[in-house]
Amino acid sequence: MKVDVSNPLWRFRGITSTAMFFFAYLYLPIVILLALSFNENKLATIWTGFTTDWYVTALSNDDMLRAAKNSIIVAVSATILATIAATFAAMGMARGRFRGEVGVSAMLVLPLLVPEIVTAIATLLFFVALGIKLGLITVIIAHTVFCIPFAYLPIRARLEGMDPALAEAANDLYANEWQAFRRVTMPLLWPGILSGAMLSFIISLDDFVISYFVGGAGATTLPIYIFGMIRIGITPEVNAVSAMMLIVSIVFVSVSFLIDRIRY
Amino acid sequence: MKAMLRSKRFWLIAPAVLYIGFFMAVPLVQMAYVSILERGDYGGVNWGVFSMDAYVSFLFERDLMDNLVLNTDYLQVFARSFGLSAMTTVFALILGFPTAFYISTQPQGRRNFLIFLVTIPFWTNILVRNYAWMLLLRNGGLVDGMLGWIGIETGGLDILYTPYAVSIGLTYTYLPFMVLPIYASLEKLDHRLVEAAFDLGADKRRAMSRVILPLAAPGIAAGCILVFIPCLGAYVTPELLGGGKFMMIANLIGSQFGAARNWPLGAGLGFVLLALVLIAMMVYSLKFKSLPEESR
Repeated sequence: MKVDVSNPLWRFRGITSTAMFFFAYLYLPIVILLALSFNENKLATIWTGFTTDWYVTALSNDDMLRAAKNSIIVAVSATILATIAATFAAMGMARGRFRGEVGVSAMLVLPLLVPEIVTAIATLLFFVALGIKLGLITVIIAHTVFCIPFAYLPIRARLEGMDPALAEAANDLYANEWQAFRRVTMPLLWPGILSGAMLSFIISLDDFVISYFVGGAGATTLPIYIFGMIRIGITPEVNAVSAMMLIVSIVFVSVSFLIDRIRY
Repeated sequence: MKAMLRSKRFWLIAPAVLYIGFFMAVPLVQMAYVSILERGDYGGVNWGVFSMDAYVSFLFERDLMDNLVLNTDYLQVFARSFGLSAMTTVFALILGFPTAFYISTQPQGRRNFLIFLVTIPFWTNILVRNYAWMLLLRNGGLVDGMLGWIGIETGGLDILYTPYAVSIGLTYTYLPFMVLPIYASLEKLDHRLVEAAFDLGADKRRAMSRVILPLAAPGIAAGCILVFIPCLGAYVTPELLGGGKFMMIANLIGSQFGAARNWPLGAGLGFVLLALVLIAMMVYSLKFKSLPEESR
């Protein structure tokens, strides 16, 4: 149903102003953080001049760079593993209904339902019980778990919107299963896969709670490093590192959404 | 069984499901098991030695005479978590419903863009988002400065590291979850019904309270659940904006694996939190998902 917005009956008092307040509330902290990361002044939040010095300081901090490298290793590994598993699962689920489908679907999104802290300590206890040493490997394993639903949902949505007749047509035209997948399904599905992979990557890169508990001493990721810095105090360097993380997330999500809008 | 193993679908779905099963479902079951074990003397647990200490110590502690006396420390943490989560849900609803309504009355292209704007902060790092609020709320921070600028001398706002700061941060963190489901139900709303209400002499308030709100109720309920549940398990916001002084359930759980070194208690609290979340979701799905399609 189209709303005729010009009709004054559709204007309720306070709606527009609350919405404006909402968006201001949502973006004010982000804008302020970005602005302060370029602030020359070392102590106060008073603007004294533009500088990119804090970015230079942050990017020449070896501990920070090591943490960033760990984060990228974890995010890339978890993304690859989760995206492969999620792509297969989405294709399997798209082959019509079957017994136990509800349970399987629930399992695939289980990581989204369980509170992060519970996942974190349960996984920690699991690794300890198995005698597995905590480190980057355990972080990768744990991240893959919660990346699967983030990769699965966009791929599944894309498959759902796809005409099954296309793959059938390929079969009718004597394509074998692999050819049909490579030549028909894949070209139509890749935006979903790429979009899911990018969401997994960003979710893994941003994760703090789970890495914090299952990481152990040798696996400091960037969010854990930032947490340590924030605990010590508010510094312009934290502003710069935080601003960089913000920008990376926003760019990735925007690109992911744009890819997802590519037509069939 | 044989037929299952021969089916391609089984082999496609199995890796993801088995992976989540092994590294998530099994650890959750094991966590419940750990909660009924005895704690180790130097941290850890004594495997195979059963004890209900974790659940007893949730409510009681032993005094010098070795009697059990009621200890409400942990209950207070639960009560605070529920209180803060409820408050946050209310704030989110007050801000979220008008925003969702506003978006649903915009032209199509603009709607998609606004919804995209609502979701972006969700994908950014939660530490960074809360850190930004530390910058705003601290004494001499931006909020303080602005109040001084318009002539209100606060003499130091002293709001950071209070429950108010935690509540502001929680609302900020989970707000998108309120807007999205409400928007989804308002978008589907048949506007002829609202126009019919106007034609039949309803004023705006009545049209809102008797037509729009009831039709948006499933979205509002979904939004409340989606805000309340993650709030209950929030870890980062109370840690940063509460300064560690205002523990919520998640911080209490975390501390059992740090300084307190009481793993069975941590596991037990984790199990209770998980149970609360699952019950809340079950109640929600029984109440709203079982309704026939037309009445939604």
